[in-house]
Formats: sequence, C-alpha cells, structure tokens
Amino acid sequence: MIGLEHYLIVSALLFSLGMMGVILRRNLIVIYMGLELMLNAANLALVAFSRFNNSMDGQVMVFFVITVAAAEVAVGLALIVALYRKRQSTEVEDLTSLKL
Amino acid sequence: MEALLFYIFAALTLICALLVVANPFTRNPVTSAMFLVCTIISMAGLFVLLHAFFLAAVQVMVYAGAVIVLFLFVIMLLDIPSVEQRSFNLLGVGMGGLGLLAVGGMVIQTMLRSGIGQGKTPQLEGATKELGVTLFTEYVLAFEIMGVLLLVGMMGVILLSKKDLK
Repeated sequence: MIGLEHYLIVSALLFSLGMMGVILRRNLIVIYMGLELMLNAANLALVAFSRFNNSMDGQVMVFFVITVAAAEVAVGLALIVALYRKRQSTEVEDLTSLKL
Repeated sequence: MEALLFYIFAALTLICALLVVANPFTRNPVTSAMFLVCTIISMAGLFVLLHAFFLAAVQVMVYAGAVIVLFLFVIMLLDIPSVEQRSFNLLGVGMGGLGLLAVGGMVIQTMLRSGIGQGKTPQLEGATKELGVTLFTEYVLAFEIMGVLLLVGMMGVILLSKKDLK
C-alpha cells in the first residue's frame, strides 16, 4: 500500500537533487533547470497532501505554482539572453563584476 | 498494481532528475533539457496515480510543451560553444554533495519521526469539475491576479529582449 510518506520521500529526494543542480553546476541554464526540479518537488508534495487530506486546495495551489513557474522561466531566460549579449558567457564564474 | 506503477514512476523521476543535474557522460545543456522532459512526464504519471488528472495534463502541456521549448530555444539561440571541462574543485564538490545528503536525510528523518502519513487513506477523487468550481469560486481573486502577473511577465520579457536596453 502506497501511503503519503512514500510520495513525500520522493518529493524530498527530488528537492535535494534540484538543490544539488543549483549548488554544483556552473551553467546558468542548468541552474535554472535545477530550480524547476525544486518547484516540481513542491508540487508533488502539495498534490499528495491534497489527496490524503481530502481537500482540493492543494491542487489549486499547484495550478498557481505551475502558472507562476512558466512566467518566471520566461523572464529568467530573457535575463540570461540579455546577460549573454553583454558578456558572451553563461557561466557563473564569468559574472563577478560585483566582486570587490 | 498501483504500488508497482508508483515504484516505476518514482524511480524514473529520480533517475532522470539525477541525469539532469549530474550526467557523467556529457555536460551538454540540451541533454539536461531532454532528461528534464523525461522527469516531467514521469511526474505526470505520479499525478495520475494521485488521481489529479487535470494537473497531469497541465504538467505535460505547460512544462513539457512550453517551458522546455523555451529552454531549448534559448540554448540553441545562444549557441554556447562546447564548454571545455573546467577544473573541478573536488573538495568543494564533495562537501556540497555531503551537505545535500544531510539536508535530504534530515527532511526524510523528520518526516518518518513525525509519523505524518499514519492512518491516512487516500480519499480525494480529484475530479476536474470540482477543481474548476473551487478555482472559480473560492480562488477567483487569485486567478485574476495570476492573469495580471502573466501580462506583467510578458511585458517584462519584451522590454528585456529589446536591443538597446534603456
């Protein structure tokens, strides 16, 4: 029998993997994919809570999260393109102009 | 049957997510994007197992259909020259991995200790009709704000993509 905790464990592992991408990778686009994985992990936990607590609110929340994530990806990728025009690079190591 | 499907989809989700962030064979962002598609679609399978059919469809359409296309479009537009393998700080990678294991272990440990899923049975039948009714009665204000947010996001993207950014 698959219970709530099974889904939550998958969600926690997925969140850790996304965070690993954000911390370990140096390409901005792949860092963005890590962020997407973390958002998806939260979505999975919300849908699981919604089903096991017999409430529709979690699913509505997931719907909103997906919408915001789509808007966020569009803006973020536009920022990356603008950055690439200025610096010719998408590696975080080359973006150190704020460093003292 | 349901348990078997859960294990298949969960394993697929986690393996593909690992290949998104740390692929041992290639560092090509296009490969990462393709494995992200695989992750998203297996997650849609998990949503179906949770009887959230509408969200599974939205997941496939919005993420696999729109977000990944945006990612691939930008990767190919920038035409990033194949990144030479930069030197690794092995100590940093090791410590980062260790810290992440600690975070994941801590979350799972807390979850199991608190007995959060004890005695809970799956109840909600996530029918699309009920979702729509909730969305357009209780959450109608949030829905409208979401429309404004999408408009603002679209205008921001157009402004950011102009050649002479003032």
